[in-house]
Amino acid sequence: MLEDKDRIFTNLEGLHDWRLEAAKKRGAWNGTADLIRMGPEWIIQQIKDSGLRGRGGAGFPTGLKWSFMPKEVGDRPHYLVVNADESEPGTCKDREMMRHDPHLFIEGCLIASYAMKANACYIYIRGEYVDERNNLQAAIDEAYAAGLLGKNAAGSGWDFDCYVHHGAGAYICGEETALLESLEGKKGQPRLKPPFPAGAGLYGCPTTVNNVESIAVVPTILRRGADWFQKFGRDNNKGTKVFCISGHVERPCNVEEAMSIPLRDLINTHCGGVRGGWDNLKAVIPGGSSVPCLPQDICNDILMDFDALRDAQSGLGTAAVIVMDKSTDIVRAISRISYFYKHESCGQCTPCREGTGWMWRVLERMAEGNSTTEEIDKLLEVSTQIEGHTICALGDAAAWPVQGLIRHFRDEIEERINSYRSDRGHVSMAGVAAE
Amino acid sequence: MASRRPAKDQPSSFEWTSENQAWCDAQIKKYPEGREASCVIPFLWRGQKQEGWCSIPMMEVIARQLSMPYIRVYEVATFYTMFNLVPVGEFFVQLCGTTPCMLRGAHDLREVCKKVIGPENKVSDDGKLSWLEVECLGACCNAPMAQISTNAGDHYYEDLTPENFETLLNDLRAGKDVKTGTQNPQRHTSDPEGENTSLTDPTLYDGSRAQPLTEIPNATPPAPAE
Repeated sequence: MLEDKDRIFTNLEGLHDWRLEAAKKRGAWNGTADLIRMGPEWIIQQIKDSGLRGRGGAGFPTGLKWSFMPKEVGDRPHYLVVNADESEPGTCKDREMMRHDPHLFIEGCLIASYAMKANACYIYIRGEYVDERNNLQAAIDEAYAAGLLGKNAAGSGWDFDCYVHHGAGAYICGEETALLESLEGKKGQPRLKPPFPAGAGLYGCPTTVNNVESIAVVPTILRRGADWFQKFGRDNNKGTKVFCISGHVERPCNVEEAMSIPLRDLINTHCGGVRGGWDNLKAVIPGGSSVPCLPQDICNDILMDFDALRDAQSGLGTAAVIVMDKSTDIVRAISRISYFYKHESCGQCTPCREGTGWMWRVLERMAEGNSTTEEIDKLLEVSTQIEGHTICALGDAAAWPVQGLIRHFRDEIEERINSYRSDRGHVSMAGVAAE
Repeated sequence: MASRRPAKDQPSSFEWTSENQAWCDAQIKKYPEGREASCVIPFLWRGQKQEGWCSIPMMEVIARQLSMPYIRVYEVATFYTMFNLVPVGEFFVQLCGTTPCMLRGAHDLREVCKKVIGPENKVSDDGKLSWLEVECLGACCNAPMAQISTNAGDHYYEDLTPENFETLLNDLRAGKDVKTGTQNPQRHTSDPEGENTSLTDPTLYDGSRAQPLTEIPNATPPAPAE
């Protein structure tokens, strides 16, 4: 178990003051200028050496991503854009960092921007986080007043402006190119890649988009050393991570833990266990709504990291653990997730626009039992026709939970279909899914 | 995709208050020259705070302000679900219904809304309240929850039960002050109920972490291998 002295977010739960003086006392803004004077190459190398993988869901190595930016600034300025559009169901970690530890995050924005030779950073925060936005803006104002932002930010010699921008309730804007479109004042519809943002991103300029947590951990990694961060987690899955545990546990909470912690320890140590005891566990969605669920037998000894969960045909995603006990109607729970994707599809690609609604309607009938066993196969097949056939990963994200449901709980769906039929004597054919 | 249409009855005009006009002028400076369109979401949001919802005359004013074709503003207003295209109650309740909240009883809260307010998406007879089921609001560790918006602010109300939610809605209607955030007295924010399992070490907060760095780790590159 991670010790308090190794936790980065010491005010994650907001029990202490978030303002500048208190944040400094907890170690934020300590030696920032000295770190910056080490130079961009050193910073990027440290982040590479630390093994930090992006905390927004995909787990791409952060240092490597930064190194894709042009080495010198040409005629177009460089930008850092921070993705604070936290909308993945189950995920509520960036919110806590922005409202309770904003200075750690703002310091990270400065250091990361400097490493990529960006003089400006836009933080794109989801529209619903109004109080969080106000806190963050107040913290930025404090930092400007204290000379930590603006000309010669924090005495580093680097000029740096940090702006808060907000969305208006579109999950899709968490996709990096949709976020950039939205930031430019358009509908949030993802762009085709290439060009990648490092080549042509915000306003056509070289841009890197990072998650809040990926940026907020940077100053502490540099202060304590890449080898310190390397102490936690298995190879290729290093560091500490904020987990959001929701659903059927005794005490849901956000907590920072070491990567690769066993799921069972995470739930038993910090959440008071599964409601009704571990044996009452039915399934866990380990990384936010878009990753496939895992049944209890896999949950017994699974480790919470990118590779272990990938090997179990699921994913760490945003480390949002949604726990479901035996009272859960798992078909309805997944159907509700399908409704979410139907609602949030941007409508640009046909497989996603039409497919998400189709899957939801079929699942709603399956939750009743008004279906056939053949239709389960058809649903699985349609989900594979959505997956990988869209511009962005929303199509994949909509397909995976459905595939996970069928993979692990097919017998439950079949049982429901059979009992629906036996109750009614004869069912000629299932309803059609067309709207 | 969410299907959204503007209200049939539209006001004849829209005008910023002088305070909001000044706010708009300050916002534009955040973006490079020629990129004023970036302001469209913040402006629509500010307009919604001023009027309670986004009307077509408002979209036209914003389009002129930002030198955008009107259709582009309309496109944005209809795409993003936080823009109310029809009037809402003085207290606009957005109840999260996505799986993490559903698992912890959002269905029962929906019934409370029906009982206290009335049908979904219809302003109550006294004009005080209206409600809508929305998708994940990102406070899943405090599920179930709702966001309640007024012209003055938008706050989260978390760890709801049918009982405390009904009281809360009635208190709002009666003009009483209500506590924002978690409604569970055993919790502070998204910390676990009762005793905390982390961040209990007092040395994190006594200033010992703010001591000047004596050396920067890995400051000297390792000698190249021979």
